Parts: sequence; C-alpha cells; structure tokens
Amino acid sequence: MNIPEDYKFSADHEWVKVDGNTALIGISDYAQGELGDIVYIDIDSDIDEIAANETFGSIEAVKTVSDLYAPVSGKVIEINERLEDEPELVNSDPYGEGWLIKVELSDSSQVDNLLSGEDYKKQIGG
Amino acid sequence: MKKTKFYNIHERLGAKLIDFAGYLMPVQYTSIIDEHKAVRNSVGVFDVSHMGEVRIKGERAFDFVQYLTINDVSKLSDGSVQYSAMCNENGGIIDDLLVYRIDENEYFLVINASNIEKDVNWMHKNNSFGVEILNESDEYSLLAVQGPNSRKVLQGICDRKLDLEYYRFFNAKCGGIDMLVSRTGYTGELGYELYFKTDEKKAEEFWDKLFDIGKKYQIQPAGLGARDSLRLEMGFCLYGNDIDETTNPIEAGLGWITKVNKGDFIGRDAILKVKEEGVKRKLVAMISEERVLPRHGYEIALNGEIVGNITSGTLSPILGHPIALGYVDENYIDSDEQLNVKVRNKEIPLTIVKLPFIKK
Repeated sequence: MNIPEDYKFSADHEWVKVDGNTALIGISDYAQGELGDIVYIDIDSDIDEIAANETFGSIEAVKTVSDLYAPVSGKVIEINERLEDEPELVNSDPYGEGWLIKVELSDSSQVDNLLSGEDYKKQIGG
Repeated sequence: MKKTKFYNIHERLGAKLIDFAGYLMPVQYTSIIDEHKAVRNSVGVFDVSHMGEVRIKGERAFDFVQYLTINDVSKLSDGSVQYSAMCNENGGIIDDLLVYRIDENEYFLVINASNIEKDVNWMHKNNSFGVEILNESDEYSLLAVQGPNSRKVLQGICDRKLDLEYYRFFNAKCGGIDMLVSRTGYTGELGYELYFKTDEKKAEEFWDKLFDIGKKYQIQPAGLGARDSLRLEMGFCLYGNDIDETTNPIEAGLGWITKVNKGDFIGRDAILKVKEEGVKRKLVAMISEERVLPRHGYEIALNGEIVGNITSGTLSPILGHPIALGYVDENYIDSDEQLNVKVRNKEIPLTIVKLPFIKK
C-alpha cells in the first residue's frame, strides 16, 4: 500500500499535503482502489470554503458514488481543472496529479489532528 | 461464504472479491472499464459458477416446464435454449432463467444465484407432474467466454467444431473436460457459456489452458462489474434490479417471452388482465449527457412530481455517457416535458431512447 510519509490523512481517506499556510487535498491510494474506475469528480464549481468533516462534493466511480469529506477547514483557492477531462488521474496518481483542491488553511494547527501515514496505514489494516 | 472452483485463481490475479448471493465473487480484476472493453473488442472470461442449475427429468418434464415458465417450451427442440421467466399467480416475476431442452424428458434450467433456494422450493411446490427436480447448482462450474474472438479461442481447445447457432448447445470435450457448450451470454457479443462438473485442480488447469490459448487475443478475466455494464448496454434485465416479484413481464418489456396463447401456466390470468387493462408503468431506457450517474433507487421527476425510479444505471464505457433503465409512469413516457433524475441535491435531464444502447 502506497502511503507517502509527508502526507497527513483523515479517517475518511482524504489526504492533506501542507505547504506553508496552503494545503493540497486528495483521496488516498487505498480509497481510489476501493472505488475503482473514477469517472467524475463532482465538486461545486462555486465553492468558496470547506469546513472540516463536512462534504464538499462527491466522487463518481463506475460501481459506486462516495461523498468527499473535508479533512480541514479553509478557503478554496484552486480546483484541479484537469480532472474535468481526466478524472482517471485520481486512480493513476492519487497523491500527485490526481489532487482535488487547494485550500488556504484557516488555522494551520488543525493539521495536527490528522493521522500520520503510519496511523492511517494501521487504520486500513495495511 | 461459498467459493467457486476458481477462487484461488481470482486470488492469484488480485481480484477484488465481494459477497454476491453468498458467494465470494470477483467484481473486478483491474478495471471495470478495461474489462468491459476487452469483451467488446476481443474476448473476456467470467466465472459465473454461482449461477444455479436445476435438472428436470420425467415423462411429464415438458408439461411441468411449460406450466412453470411463461415462454412457449414447445418451440424448443433438442439442443436449443430459450430465455424465459417464472411468475407467481399475480404475474410477479419469481426469476428469469434459461431453459435448455436436453430431450423431451429432460430440461436443464439455469437460474439466478440469489434465487436458487426460492426457485427450487417454488418448483417443488408446483410439481403436480411427478417430475424429478435435481438441484445441481453446487456441482456445476460455469465460465462465460464472451467477445468477438471467443470462438477462435475456444475452438483451440474443444474437440468439436463450434458451429453452434445463437441459443443452441451441445456436449463437447474442451481442455479434456466434458462440457455443455452453449452459445449464450449476457453481453450482446458472440460468446459461449461452458457448464461442467470437475474438481478444483482440473478447473484451474482448464482456466490456465484457456488463457494460454487466448493470449494472442489478449484474453482478459472479467468480473461482475463488467458483466453488469455489458448487460446494461444491451438493455438486458437484471433480477433484483430491474425485475422482481413486484414487477410483471409486460411492464418490464418482456412481452416478447410471454406467450399467453400457449395454454395454462402460472401467472397467466394475472398477465392477461395486465394486457387487457394496459400497464401503469413501463421499463424504459434512458441516457444523460452529464457525468453524474443515475443509480438504482434514484427518483425520476417531471415538473417536480415523482413519476418513476431508476432500476439500473452506469457509465457506458463504449458511449462515454450515462445509461439507465427505470420504470416511468405510462402517462409521462411520451410527454414533451423534461424528465429528470434526482441525484443528491440536483436534477439531471434524462432522454428516453430505444434499446439497445449500443447498436451492433
């Protein structure tokens, strides 16, 4: 199971990669594997802010649909537009080109509440 | 949880296994979309050993099957197959099935895994014909080899020329195993279903032989996920999704297998009444241009009023847009107004189309 060390995880299988006061958010390799073929990332285009533990969209895979839960709170500053035409990037490169949104953290200490890669690995039984 | 004879193979291939009707079955190996395309473009193999097989034997086997099922069994000759259904007295569908005529005193019924116990009980309950009802479901393995190159692959390991016409079958030795080879399938492609009784070791050896010989056609294992999207592109009903005991064959678009003039059968009176009065709703095929997928259970609305529900939906890997089946109130099927499917917090426009979704 692929789990990069410098990423933080939520129990809902989202990851957060912090860079100063901004953070990239995506879903874990485990989550994309469980979902299977991803065909659409449904994030509200007019979304301004996300709040920790609240949904900010959904991911459509061929066999199921899954809500996206925000792992942190913050202002949305970018949505990965490539996913519009290439949602399969979330399957092929969940920690890289398959990132979902970029946020400006409302409070960078909130990241401390997230799971480390090691802890997340334990949670998914890896 | 039951396992098929190919369980070790699925594990070895890293398949994602799910509980389906009490069996651990592969839902996908690599990707539903890739497996789907492999079947449409070349050849794929499905382990569908969970399906049920019931043998009916006796002097009145024909009378029994004719009474039990809604299609006309008298149209079958030895070596031919028929798609049919069993209904209850209210015309509700107990199961859909394939009827194989071995000879005039022996029929072989292939039923859905989730219904085996219910179906066999139903058969016994209606056996006033003194026939033998042999549930051989646990003994049979079943592989579906489907796709335009399926004949070429199978011909390489079968001892008979595979000149079977659609919905015909014969016995042949394939990979050293005696099999019932049937030109049937659930994909809309050229394809064969192989029924055989063997142990795990021989089953695994057969699988390996099949994949060796199929290598030059890029043969792929395909799971239940691809099986579902392939059948949906053709508009084939899935029991439990599109049809069940609350649906009758007429509203489900199965009028073509419902032969009310063949004589008495279970459900005939109720079905005649439906035909006389007209259906209240119909199973229709729908497409959407958007990428949110309509799924089983979602409501269909027209001007804010609920007029139906989705029974099956997926992204068509071939068309690249969502396709769905669902029941819509008969009064709104030809409406000029926009039908929408309610997906979470929005409404997505749907267009009713003719089946199959994929024109071949």
